[in-house]
Amino acid sequence: MMSNKRFMFLYRLGVTLLAVLAVFVMSSMVLLMINADLSKTYYTMIIKPFTNSIHITEVIVRAIPLCIIALGVCVAYRSGIINIGAEGQMAMGVICFTGVALSLPSLPKVVLLPLCFIAAILGGAIWGFIPGILKAKLKVSELLSTVMLNYIAAQAYSLCLRTIYMDPTDKATPQSTRLASGAHLSRLSGRLHTGVIIAIVLAVIVYFLMWKTSTGYKLRASGASERAAKYGGINVAKYVCLAAIISGAFAGLAGGVEIAGVHRRAIEGITNNYGFAGVVVALFGGLHPLGIVPASYFFGLLIYGSTLISGETGVPANIVGVMEGIIIIVIVVSQMILNNKYYQDKVKRWIDKKLNKHTPKEVKP
Amino acid sequence: MMTIIVNMLEMCISFSVALLLASIGEMFNQRAGVFNLGCEGIMSLGAFFGMLVVYFAEKAGYYSGWFNFLGFLLAAVVGALLGLFFGLIVVTFRAPQGIAGIGFQMFGVGLAGTLFRYYVGGVQNIKGVTATGIPGLRNIPVIGQIFFSHSVVVYLAYLTVPIAWYILFKTPWGLKVRAVGTHPRASDSMGINVNKIRYEALALGGAFAGIAGAYLSLAQAHLFNDTIISGRGFIAVALVYFGHWHPYQILGGAMLFTLAQTFQAQVQSSGIAFPYEFAVMLPYILVIVVLAFTSKNNKMSPSALGKPFNREQRV
Repeated sequence: MMSNKRFMFLYRLGVTLLAVLAVFVMSSMVLLMINADLSKTYYTMIIKPFTNSIHITEVIVRAIPLCIIALGVCVAYRSGIINIGAEGQMAMGVICFTGVALSLPSLPKVVLLPLCFIAAILGGAIWGFIPGILKAKLKVSELLSTVMLNYIAAQAYSLCLRTIYMDPTDKATPQSTRLASGAHLSRLSGRLHTGVIIAIVLAVIVYFLMWKTSTGYKLRASGASERAAKYGGINVAKYVCLAAIISGAFAGLAGGVEIAGVHRRAIEGITNNYGFAGVVVALFGGLHPLGIVPASYFFGLLIYGSTLISGETGVPANIVGVMEGIIIIVIVVSQMILNNKYYQDKVKRWIDKKLNKHTPKEVKP
Repeated sequence: MMTIIVNMLEMCISFSVALLLASIGEMFNQRAGVFNLGCEGIMSLGAFFGMLVVYFAEKAGYYSGWFNFLGFLLAAVVGALLGLFFGLIVVTFRAPQGIAGIGFQMFGVGLAGTLFRYYVGGVQNIKGVTATGIPGLRNIPVIGQIFFSHSVVVYLAYLTVPIAWYILFKTPWGLKVRAVGTHPRASDSMGINVNKIRYEALALGGAFAGIAGAYLSLAQAHLFNDTIISGRGFIAVALVYFGHWHPYQILGGAMLFTLAQTFQAQVQSSGIAFPYEFAVMLPYILVIVVLAFTSKNNKMSPSALGKPFNREQRV
């Protein structure tokens, strides 16, 4: 017989390995459907971005918004809200950031940059508040309302680019004028900007907020069991709303960081599906800041790798969406298998039977 | 003004088909207790595979109208298989349906885009289904244009509404579907295989979603691109709430939402100086408003909706 603790460790390890294998097998099946060179694709996607310093900084550039969004998604998820509206909240953040930066270009950096970020945070927070209040007061599924708000925000963003933010010198491309240097985040190396510090600081803040304060406890309680939290005297509606606002604010901030650090002007497709990828990062990181930071690096790698493979192997960059979908599915399934007592018992019996076969206990004299 | 209204009503009837079919399919899923948010992904793949058949036929040079039928058939098969795959995730492994659906949607939309780029390359116009209308009747002024100028697919799609009603409320299988969505444990003790019925409902719902997607690419847009579905799968899910899980009310909802979409198309084509983005937003805003005002409907939802059934669990 195996000790229970040791068995659980092995069980976890086994299921995790199987999950990784499942992701690889399913992704490879998709790659084979488009006749891709498997080894070259995986090499370009996962190993190549490590080979020189430009690749490494580019991966981090993509990991920064992912990390910030995933932290927000994690706060919401722990509080019982699946926020898939980060895409729209990020777009609202960019709209507000650009609006402030374009209207007050002459302010010094110490004033302008914080003002812009506050605007971005507010924009995202309002866009997060709408599904939050709808869920808390009217029980509207946040899955549907956030998706709809994504489409609305995307239209609002393209309207802004086409009209009020439009660069007057270039009427052909829908993009804004370059922002004043007061609204730039300074760069460290290559395109790597100081947003990376913001992301790390936010990870620490989220950890303390969620696990070391009573607000965090109430947020998590509202998510874990609404009825129990209500019985414990927690105003669940208020905390659900708060979680949605925090989540939206993070996504809005991510939009601000992206435009201030990387593009420095509002361009088409700035959100780059980071909103949806952020959900995957949060789940992959185990809904904990400590896991989200490395997870965002890994997904930054996939997203950057997908831009490399489309040039080198002809595999379209959409493959990253397929992989993200596969990863979500495999994560939720493997978590159910991990916590399923029936499967645990079945595997344990099977292992015990196998062990006993080799060392039979009852040996008749 | 008159022509605008007539055009809007004509478009409304043909454009609502995709929403209608996807919602009817989703209704079967939800009646069986499964909340399939992956509808968008299934529609996307249905749209791609439906278009692929016709595209290859045209490329090879022996295109005939039957290939459209083949496209719909392939889309239905692909949709049903995807429905079964979703069943494996949420019925057998009992994964949380909301987040699994999001993953499924990302998978479907991403896969359709990936395959499209490899097998087709860029946006290609295809012949697809042409609106022939009903001979004779289509020449009646106004009424003929609104009701009798559509392709045969449109009429078949509307025919599924009474058929879906009949299946759901008048057949033993429909009774089983409603039973497993309302009280799976009681159904189980009456000898109904809950998971089997849910798989069947998911396959049927997936087939509907696949056909709905294929309708978009074959009969409505006559092309495929990454954003062809643009949230219709999610609107279809919202419509099921709006329509009280009942085929006829879903039909009404589909018409209402499509009217909002045709309004946008009319604004864009008539060249009124009005930012068309506002018109594009309209259906999405309408969904949120409708969801907020019909939130009391949630009480009428199938009571086991979203809850996986575990036979071994003690109550």
